[in-house]
Amino acid sequence: MDNKNFGILIVDDEPIVRESLYKWFLEDGFRVETAENAADALKKLQNSSFDIAFVDIRMPGMDGLELQRRIKEIDKSLVVIIITAFASVESAVRALKEGAYDYVTKPIDPDELSHIISNIINQKKLMLENIQLKQKIEDLIQVEEIVGESPQIKKVFELILTVAKTDTTVLIRGESGTGKELVAKAIHANSNRKYFPIIPVNCGALNDNLLESELFGHERGAFTGAQYRRKGKFEMADGGTIFFDEIGNVSEKLQVDLLRVLETKQFTRLGGDQLINVDVRIICATNRDLELAVKEGKFREDLYYRLNVFTIFLPPLRERKSDIPILIEHFIKKYSQIMNKPILKIEPDALDILMRYDWPGNVRELANAIERAMVIGKPPAIKKEDLPFQLTTNGFDRPLSDSLEEIERAHILKILNQCEWNITKSAEILGIDRATLYNKINKYKLR
Amino acid sequence: MHIEILGARYHTSINIDNLCKTVSSIFNLEVKFKKVVLDFGLAFDTNRLQYNSTKLLELAINSGTLKNDGKSIILTDLDLYVPILTFVFGEAELNGRAAIASSHRLHNEYYGLPRNDELLQLRTEKEVIHELGHTFGLIHCSDNFCVMHSSSYVEDIDLKNLEFCMECEKMFLNRL
Repeated sequence: MDNKNFGILIVDDEPIVRESLYKWFLEDGFRVETAENAADALKKLQNSSFDIAFVDIRMPGMDGLELQRRIKEIDKSLVVIIITAFASVESAVRALKEGAYDYVTKPIDPDELSHIISNIINQKKLMLENIQLKQKIEDLIQVEEIVGESPQIKKVFELILTVAKTDTTVLIRGESGTGKELVAKAIHANSNRKYFPIIPVNCGALNDNLLESELFGHERGAFTGAQYRRKGKFEMADGGTIFFDEIGNVSEKLQVDLLRVLETKQFTRLGGDQLINVDVRIICATNRDLELAVKEGKFREDLYYRLNVFTIFLPPLRERKSDIPILIEHFIKKYSQIMNKPILKIEPDALDILMRYDWPGNVRELANAIERAMVIGKPPAIKKEDLPFQLTTNGFDRPLSDSLEEIERAHILKILNQCEWNITKSAEILGIDRATLYNKINKYKLR
Repeated sequence: MHIEILGARYHTSINIDNLCKTVSSIFNLEVKFKKVVLDFGLAFDTNRLQYNSTKLLELAINSGTLKNDGKSIILTDLDLYVPILTFVFGEAELNGRAAIASSHRLHNEYYGLPRNDELLQLRTEKEVIHELGHTFGLIHCSDNFCVMHSSSYVEDIDLKNLEFCMECEKMFLNRL
């Protein structure tokens, strides 16, 4: 902030005070104006804006305190400094209580004056930077849109907005691909914690020991290879949100640790003894039947109740089919921009196929189908032939013809999709070895 | 154009020749010195026991003491103030023709330290250059080492150099 952009208004009935302050600030390069009384000051405030007002507490007519009140009505951000020759604790306290930034007595020490001004400038600079940074963060944290207009998804939007402003633990439930992570991010982005990070933890992807170290961090030498102290996800999420995906997959030992942190918001790093306090909001997601897991003794009941405070159920896509056209439009727009390919719509018969399909992989599967169609399709529209094979089977996982090869191909694809392309699991279900499955995938060009 | 330094109750331990040479080298202008007598009593505040620098400047201008059509600076050892501030090291007409600088608070003794004439000389030169800088329209500079940096402590004066920073130098040359 350049000094010449910084406006100072001096309000004092004594010309000598006005003039000397005017000269002093002019030499600092500020934009300075003076007023001999409150009425004059208010007139000047109507015509131009100022950052600081030096206001004499005793003036004929409206006094400095009353002028301060009027100034604050016009511009709350204007910093008022009360000046007086009649120093008293009482008037100082009154001025400060009524919003004065500071209180100085005549004559002012030049150093004190310089300090007051430089503090105000620094504060204004920080405020400006803060606003700019918040704007930048707002731009960066633009969460991918949750698309839909069906009553089911509208209910989800409502729940997101309701719970976002609180610090309540949220459990998001829904089938794979329904957008649980998107909902978690939307809750975070609409919360007061949005300027702090949201840290995702995929509980299903890491083994027990690794997850413990990932969550709580470790001290140097805590285990072989721990050469440095490392902060865990809980510490990284301090002030923000921690999102546990696939919470149903955590081990019993970790369930105990998690329960303790959830209850106390305290933990120690691995190999450390210092208690660390964190302020985090917990959001969990699972596609598992947690009630069943509790019954079977695989999930702690106390942890279940601790997590199941506010639950958001995400409907599977087959239960909100009215959203499919909107979602398709959204994905076409998205991939058309990413791929720079002018495909802007879908042909009615292709849409019909997509509408009749059951979408076991939910929105994720639909997004993948559109992405694939956009890759192989030609402008201006997605055609039936561009859709993945299993979708063109009228949505019932049936092959297009009754030839043995078609049936085998359709069946393999169905199992692969069911197992989310886990080759070992698919081969096991199909009763063939992994190598054979790979050969079939290549043969039928399934990938 | 030349610069005129007007000695009015200034401290005798200040080497005037050296002061003139230094000021001349910074502004690249001829510097002349002369002693003047002003009616200081008119600017004296009996409560504060200080001299009103604004009044002193007015007195000098109105009494016809400043005959120079260039820039003039009064050098004094009196304790100066402006009504709103407890003290000032000097005062100048921004982009005007007159200034005043005081060595009163530049003495080490003022702060209970041993006398140091060399330091007093250096501080006085910086203060004179600073106030003259204002008469050339230069405002306070954010560079701590530039002679145009604002000083409210004597330590601030010690920290800065005798010279203008590049920006102020450029501005000064433009204003000449």
